[in-house]
Amino acid sequence: MTDTPNGTAADSADSGSSHGSGPFIAAIDQGTTSSRCIVFDRDGRIVAVDQKEHEQIFPKPGWVEHDAAEIWTNVQEVVAGAIRKAAQDIPGFTPADVKAIGITNQRETTLLWDRHTGEPVHNALVWQDTRTDTLCRELGRDVGQDRFRATTGLPLASYFAGPKIRWLLDHVDGLRERAEAGDILFGTMDSWVIWNLTGGVNGGVHVTDVTNASRTLLMDLRSLDWDQDILDAIGVPAAVLPQIRSSSEVYGTATIGGLEDVPVASALGDQQAALFGQTCFSQGEAKSTYGTGTFMLLNTGSTPVDSRNGLITTVGYRIGDDAPVYALEGSIAVTGALVQWMRDQMGLISTAAEIETLALTVEDNGGAYFVPAFSGLFAPYWQDDARGVIAGLTRYVTKAHIARAVLEATAWQTREIADAMTKDSGVELAALKVDGGMTSNNLLMQTLADVLDAPVVRPMVAETTCLGAAYAAGLAVGFWPDTDALRANWKRAAEWTPRMDGADRDREYHNWRKAVTRTMGWIEEEEH
Amino acid sequence: MPGPIQSLERAAAILRLLAGGERRLGLSDVASSLGLAKGTAHGILRTLQQEGFVEQDPVSGKYQLGAELLRLGNSFLDVHELRARALVWTDDLARSSGESAYLGVLHQQGVLIVHHVFRPDDSRQVLEVGAMQPLHSTALGKVLAAYDPVAHSEAAEGERAALTGRTVTSAADFEALLDLTRARGWAADLEETWEGVASIAAPVYDRRRMPVGAVGISGAVERVCDDDGAIRPRLVAAVRDCARAVSRDLGAGRF
Repeated sequence: MTDTPNGTAADSADSGSSHGSGPFIAAIDQGTTSSRCIVFDRDGRIVAVDQKEHEQIFPKPGWVEHDAAEIWTNVQEVVAGAIRKAAQDIPGFTPADVKAIGITNQRETTLLWDRHTGEPVHNALVWQDTRTDTLCRELGRDVGQDRFRATTGLPLASYFAGPKIRWLLDHVDGLRERAEAGDILFGTMDSWVIWNLTGGVNGGVHVTDVTNASRTLLMDLRSLDWDQDILDAIGVPAAVLPQIRSSSEVYGTATIGGLEDVPVASALGDQQAALFGQTCFSQGEAKSTYGTGTFMLLNTGSTPVDSRNGLITTVGYRIGDDAPVYALEGSIAVTGALVQWMRDQMGLISTAAEIETLALTVEDNGGAYFVPAFSGLFAPYWQDDARGVIAGLTRYVTKAHIARAVLEATAWQTREIADAMTKDSGVELAALKVDGGMTSNNLLMQTLADVLDAPVVRPMVAETTCLGAAYAAGLAVGFWPDTDALRANWKRAAEWTPRMDGADRDREYHNWRKAVTRTMGWIEEEEH
Repeated sequence: MPGPIQSLERAAAILRLLAGGERRLGLSDVASSLGLAKGTAHGILRTLQQEGFVEQDPVSGKYQLGAELLRLGNSFLDVHELRARALVWTDDLARSSGESAYLGVLHQQGVLIVHHVFRPDDSRQVLEVGAMQPLHSTALGKVLAAYDPVAHSEAAEGERAALTGRTVTSAADFEALLDLTRARGWAADLEETWEGVASIAAPVYDRRRMPVGAVGISGAVERVCDDDGAIRPRLVAAVRDCARAVSRDLGAGRF
């Protein structure tokens, strides 16, 4: 006999506590690495979760693809799985208790499929895929990156969907002709999931929402419609495009995973969904999601704010026929990834959580600053010739000081984005709502409050992305009456208040910026 | 195939007991917590000492892990790892109980609060992460003292100050309280630390079934108890569910 596994208690069902009774809203999160379905109750509490990862396909360096057929299969499985778990855990649960489905998704990932067969014509090109770098430079012509910024709010960068569509039309045999003949449909993953949910080849609706459309480089931010001049410039036939709808309305009904004729009632890109889930409904409210990288969005109200400081202007959300709500977005490429680098590449810690333990063995950074410009500097600098630097090293500095510097790097990068947002919008950050895995790091959250000189607040539900999609769907079907009801659901789990002396903050910020300048211009030759 | 060797199993059990931060245990603590005769435990400890796996403090005579063993790899649970694993479950505990939730571990002679979730109302609250609480009077502390022999010796040998009129201070009464805690699987603090405040806590185990911390809730005695002054069973269930969920999460751990 082999050893018996310890911890046999782990075999029982994984629900941790009692749950409220129905009715419920289901949210589908079609993410970069996995698809998930979460069922929420009226209080916004999680009732059931199911999740399935899909394959990451890397045909060449810099290329990243997903098999959209696999994704649709997974979406069906996780919905069925979540419904099954809800039925197990909640006495008297029936699928009819689920009043609506909401969608949130990895943004910008681009798919073209045949409207008659429902088959993708190529793997989806994932947002991280950089194959359109050269195309984007060509499209910039003599104007450069900002050629379409005034209309779309976006720089010409390989993330966005428009150039990816063009690449597919150029590289799949005969595709442009089929597209112009009206046989091909384009969608980001929200469109793909909604089209399939609502019937696919049998009458599926071909729609996207304003937040996802605002990431295509093809939509006019003010009219919220496709821009014909840009379509012509990039070379995308209007026939492939979905109809742009609000983020919160009934697009159609779905029969899936035991659910019958349930309204499909919301779509939001993942970061906008987190903004919604954090109930940042007022101008000046901001959220920041701390994962491998970090995405910070600031609600700027009913007007799109042009950025002169390297931020992106995007649609935050639109509820039905209400006026759209805009947001400024700043992204930080390397935050949690720097902790992972300390663990995997440096071997200074064995788990991500140990960064805090190591950092707490000293009182400060010992004069060391770590600027993780691993692939250049992003917002607000946008310098791709920069590379990472640890500055201020002396014999005094230990690995614990470096651990401090690692956490401070995330905090200072957030501060730089916040400053850019203040400059662009004129709105001072009153408080920052945070979510994501790094919020379990107490020292980081305190440091963040210290360097921002503003309270940092963590809500009680970690799954703000799915929650945002559920909220938008629930609003559309009257499950929740208004955004005030959603605000009432928002509960503060923790709050960190600034404790740092103002003079210390100024000195440290000065040093940080000095370290940032040391990263610039490291790459001397174009190495493309 | 020969069966397992009993003395090695016992040696491993002693090492596990001593594994952790600055943990020191007397011979009787080791013997009683493993159900061994003192002579047996002493023989094993001396052998481990010769191998460098255990060291004995010359003044107190207590045992701790030796440098040789520490060289083999430090595997005690990082408290920040514990917090990361507990985050989702303690959020849910605060929500379902309506009270603030805490996660505590033994640190020196007290309970170190490593995680705190606010009570889900709109009131102003201050984050108590990093605060120390007494071992002998709080629900978290009693759970640690009941399940972790190191915490037990700290609480048994330390001063048990009368913080309120209801604090249990005598050794016999305190031990009886710990027996009750072990029998029920949870501990309570009914205004024994702070007037007007009642708490409930339950133990969190790691994948080796070692007690690594305690999780609990704390709130106004009027809410935590019913009209007859008895603790509400619903809240006890919520705390124990949370402790089990965190333990399961640690049991499935990746180390």
